[in-house]
Amino acid sequence: MKISHAALAEKFIADEPRTDWHDDTLWFVREKRDKAAHGLPEWEQLREWGSQIKDHTLSNLSNYLKEFEEKAKANGIIVHWAGDGDEHNKIIHTIIQKHKIQKIVKSKSMLTEECHLNDYLQEKGIEVVDTDLGERIVQFRKEAPSHIVLPAIHLKREDVSETFHEHLQTEKGNNDPQYLTEAARQHLRDKFVQSELAITGVNFAVAETGGFVVCTNEGNADMGAHTAAVHIACMGFEKIIPKAEHLAVFLRLLARSATGQPITTYSSHFHKPRPGQEMHLVIVDNGRSKQLGREDFRNSLKCIRCAACFNTCPVYRRSGGHSYQTAVAGPIGSILSPNLDMKANADLPFASTLCGSCTNVCPVKINIHEQLWKWRQVIVAEGYADSTKTIGMKTMAYLFSKPSLYRFAGKMGRRMMKAFPFMTNNKFNVWYKQREMPKPPKESFREWYLKNGKINRK
Amino acid sequence: MSVRENILNAIATNQPTLVPLPVLNRTAVISYEDRYAQFKSVLESIGGKTELILNIEIVIEKIRSDKANDTFIIDTISAESIDTADTIALSAFELEKVERAYIKGTVAVAENGAVWVYESQMKNRLLPFICQHLVLVIDKNDIVATMHDAYDKINVGSEGFGAFIAGPSKTADIEQSLVIGAHGARSTTVYVVE
Ligand code: SF4
Repeated sequence: MKISHAALAEKFIADEPRTDWHDDTLWFVREKRDKAAHGLPEWEQLREWGSQIKDHTLSNLSNYLKEFEEKAKANGIIVHWAGDGDEHNKIIHTIIQKHKIQKIVKSKSMLTEECHLNDYLQEKGIEVVDTDLGERIVQFRKEAPSHIVLPAIHLKREDVSETFHEHLQTEKGNNDPQYLTEAARQHLRDKFVQSELAITGVNFAVAETGGFVVCTNEGNADMGAHTAAVHIACMGFEKIIPKAEHLAVFLRLLARSATGQPITTYSSHFHKPRPGQEMHLVIVDNGRSKQLGREDFRNSLKCIRCAACFNTCPVYRRSGGHSYQTAVAGPIGSILSPNLDMKANADLPFASTLCGSCTNVCPVKINIHEQLWKWRQVIVAEGYADSTKTIGMKTMAYLFSKPSLYRFAGKMGRRMMKAFPFMTNNKFNVWYKQREMPKPPKESFREWYLKNGKINRK
Repeated sequence: MSVRENILNAIATNQPTLVPLPVLNRTAVISYEDRYAQFKSVLESIGGKTELILNIEIVIEKIRSDKANDTFIIDTISAESIDTADTIALSAFELEKVERAYIKGTVAVAENGAVWVYESQMKNRLLPFICQHLVLVIDKNDIVATMHDAYDKINVGSEGFGAFIAGPSKTADIEQSLVIGAHGARSTTVYVVE
């Protein structure tokens, strides 16, 4: 059985300075996002456009996919369809075998993580070199990325230095990011110039033109794709947008939401293979069509993977990406993962305070926290929640439906906490772990409001 | 039924009722009084360099002096440039040694410091990424305010490849400290011709 998010989070926060660092660093990224967003007076309008374009696209998706395929084929791109991760991996393996390819580089693609492509190929004796710096670091360490935009955000420079000393023979104890990045640059340039096959992700695929856009800051997707004789781009089918002019909206939103940059360094638009090159595109379902049919959850497919919801999430920041054990962690991952495997990921929608910060920053206006709340009901109804949560949720639902009983229970609770503090401050109360319980208030908000509300309103 | 049909049918069955595309009314979109000043300040904030020059001769002079110093450059701009066919044929091994590449861009974007470059302008797709230092040249009149205006001016599907390039390659993957020169160019200079 999967270890629970709570158990892994507990391990993560055991190292307090590191947790604080993780928390602060991601909050810093969130602040950069705010600054970039506030720099544009039309920011809210942009989010609205982004959201509406995606809503429209989802409502006409089958047609747009057909249009895209037709145009892409006319452009000379070979289009494949994969129902699930396994089919996706097999398609790629077949291309590798056909060309007897040995040297493979891959830029960041959360889809290939979701499909466990590297593991699949490794079992066949094929090695893939991840070329995003953060991904290369975690690949050396045999770890998974802990964040979709900043894959090695859980590591400190000392960790990277040690890893590079072991794998790239860098100076022991040299922790300078500049020095370490230069070492990776030399190591990976060597891999790029020799590469025979480049695998990339896709940020946006344009139905109107049959091309796709890949965004990076490092230039690693381009270094591979323009060198290798074969390029395979992999995309979930929700990456489609109708027209090229819509790229303006999404490219304006993406980097600002992700890192606070006005745009990524490279936004590369691929339409045709270069002379002599073979260009493949794998379009993957893997549960997406099912999610499209779940009315309450379908708009999770609008996600452009900016990770703003991760950076702002108080739970993600203090539990780390690995505690989710899914390719996409954070708030959006907690909505996508139960669709793929409800039982294994039943605890994830509960790994949230439902504060709604994710929903507020999402550039395509996904109602993330509402969907987390809705998943909780589905998971409890389907019997996948553990018993403390089920009893808790059922009791809450009962209390909320009976206002007078709720008030009475609240009053009793406040009295009990005052008279017998150990009843809440004990190790059986999971809310007490790593926390001090607050002092119970003398009265409820309702009681206070009945006394003071009217006076103040005058 | 094929995998393709299965997927498309499942989507057609599960997709919601059609809702319209929004009309992008751009009256509220930001504009800049001095687009060059905005472009320069954004590009410099993301690690790039900008210089306003009176005419293209100044770039050509730099190309000549690079050549005189035996610096390995690729010039896709001046009439004296090496044969396009030669550039197209260069392998990654050879291009890896290029110190500086001179490339003309189509449009520059004031809001984010990006320059659009078509494949026909880079000659070889790999060139602007693999060179150690990138020099882009654009006309001042081709600086537009936002990405919306940029997409009005280009036709992304008209060539096999094209890219917006905004500054030098960079990464912050080690403890969020910014390092310029990840895998791509270590510097990007944009000459803006008056
Ligand atoms: S759900 Fe929204 S905020 Fe989160 S990664 Fe996706 S687009 Fe970004």
